[in-house]
Amino acid sequence: MANSRRKMYFRMVTSSLIRRASRLIIAVLAIAIGATILSGLVTIYYDIPEQLGREFRSYGANLIVLPKGDAKITREILAELENIIGREKIVGIAPYRYQTVKINEQPYIIAGTDLPEAEKNSPFWYIEGTWANSDEPDHVMIGHEIAETLNLKLGDSFVVQGVKYGERAEASRQDYSAKENLQRDKASQNFNKKLFVKGIITTGGAEEGFIFADSNMLDELVGDIFRADVVECSVIADAQELENLSRVIEAKLSNLLPRAVRRLTQSQDIVLGKLQALVLLVTLIVLIITMISVYTTMMAMVAERRREIALKKALGAENNLIMGELLGEGVLLGFLGGAAGVFLGFEFAQRVSLNVFGRAIHFQVALIPITIAVFILITVLASILPVRKVMDIHPAIVLKGE
Amino acid sequence: MSKQILELKNVSKIYGSLKALADINLKVNAGDWLSIMGPSGSGKTTMINIIGCMDTPSTGSVILDGVDISRENASSLTRIRRDKIGLIFQQFHLISYLTAVENVMVAQYYHSMPDEAEAMEALEKVGLKDRARHLPAQLSGGEQQRVCIARALINSPEILLGDEPTGNLDEENEGIVVDIFRRLHDEGVTIIIVTHDPEVGDVAQRKIILEHGRVIQDIDQTSTFGQALKIHHE
Ligand SMILES: Nc1ncnc2c1ncn2[C@@H]1O[C@H](COP(=O)(O)OP(=O)(O)O)[C@@H](O)[C@H]1O
Ligand SMILES: [Mg+2]
Repeated sequence: MANSRRKMYFRMVTSSLIRRASRLIIAVLAIAIGATILSGLVTIYYDIPEQLGREFRSYGANLIVLPKGDAKITREILAELENIIGREKIVGIAPYRYQTVKINEQPYIIAGTDLPEAEKNSPFWYIEGTWANSDEPDHVMIGHEIAETLNLKLGDSFVVQGVKYGERAEASRQDYSAKENLQRDKASQNFNKKLFVKGIITTGGAEEGFIFADSNMLDELVGDIFRADVVECSVIADAQELENLSRVIEAKLSNLLPRAVRRLTQSQDIVLGKLQALVLLVTLIVLIITMISVYTTMMAMVAERRREIALKKALGAENNLIMGELLGEGVLLGFLGGAAGVFLGFEFAQRVSLNVFGRAIHFQVALIPITIAVFILITVLASILPVRKVMDIHPAIVLKGE
Repeated sequence: MSKQILELKNVSKIYGSLKALADINLKVNAGDWLSIMGPSGSGKTTMINIIGCMDTPSTGSVILDGVDISRENASSLTRIRRDKIGLIFQQFHLISYLTAVENVMVAQYYHSMPDEAEAMEALEKVGLKDRARHLPAQLSGGEQQRVCIARALINSPEILLGDEPTGNLDEENEGIVVDIFRRLHDEGVTIIIVTHDPEVGDVAQRKIILEHGRVIQDIDQTSTFGQALKIHHE
């Protein structure tokens, strides 16, 4: 019984839209454009932190982990640290061992590290030549400052000397003969190695005063097992997440001292906040514009269908029945426009993301029902005033003969 | 003696200084077929709108099926119109995006329950069974008006009201529509038709002529006197 009324309701509402297709297309288009921009922006909004996080990783490590006191970081601790942070969040994780060596009797520091990881942490380094690697451990990178002082060019060699791990350094003594000194160097507590310049590093920072080499080579040189003085991590996380991460690390590995690089995380958060505020603002404006456009469309539709509305009244339809039909059409328009918009919006977001960040975006499935619901809601809201015009239509005046 | 279905008592409709209807008194019995004629601006449409619950009189009362509708509010008028009145218009007023049968079903929908089989039957009665799935734009004027008649009758109203229902039809279609009225009259339907076409006006059982909002003639066209008067007028 009531079912046949409901069927007739849908028959009227859908016929009105389907058989007035040109109207339908324009109205749906207006809503779909709004929904496209909206769902696109929301997708970007949710993807910005991650995209920007990756982007900010090009400014270097944002988490520095130091051992407490005189302790060193072993391979086991390093592996645990990696586990705690989570491999998928790590852009790069580079342990450093600092070793003082002498070149031409002048002290310098070799930083032994996992070179590929260090490279991931330091995309902004300018390298003349190429990054050193563990395949040719004798070929190392030197800071620009060292290259200047020692007048070293790519491919040049130099000799580093030093005292092995656990031995006391002893300066060559004036009162020993050169031969004696040489003998002492050859003795087991000293090391002496010829290295080649593979790359010259320019960063504008402290790195320019260091030599960067493969950590295994350095360990071997100093005759020690792996022991890092510091671990530099580049983690995809914002300030808050880094804070939390640091706390977890400290709790689980009590002999470590994690430090977020404030300068980086804070500027990341500021940029992020501003971008998200901008996206929200644009979204709000798009919603308002969509509502205005739905409002005018519905206004025009009610005006255009005055006769039909008057006729329905003449047939005995109550105002609220007719308003219900028009709102039903609005809901359907909102649904169609919203649904079209979700998919177009993802496409739109994908393009923006590829162009701006150079990365693909994640499709938020939850966005489908949410966008559709939002657009049904705003079409209904925007339709309320136009639909209320139904009450002002007098059948006798509109349907008058002649 | 059939029952009285409609009575207008001292009905006036006043627009500012203009009396569109002036003190109209009229009784209509169930099953009557009445034509309302008169020059343009004489108040025909105003009168039929008041009878059809689309308008209210300024003064006087209108008793429709025993109920005074002259003081009802808009919402009760809508309900009374839905239950007791079937309307046809000069410009048909079919819903353009609905088929013939759907247009008939719309009237059922607002009245009670849509029933496609019943709507088809109504179309069959006006000879449009095979055009039931056509949109109004695919129908001729005469066919459209026949759909309107089917729509007006689908809820078995007390009175069928038409304001110039043949005004937009050619002679052939006018004939078809008049034949339908004749048949409905034989079936006992009460019909009140406004027309300025004597061919349509004269087939009714009774004819009133308005001028300046007054009934200047009320002619019983079935009586010999009425026939004589008609002949006299010609
Ligand atoms: N809503 C209105 N406001 C003012 N005057 C009206 C209105 N409706 C009708 N009239 C006037 O009332 C008179 C009768 O109109 P109407 O009943 O439409 O005449 P008819 O249908 O006989 O041509 C006309 O003079 C017309 O101008
Ligand atoms: Mg008129």
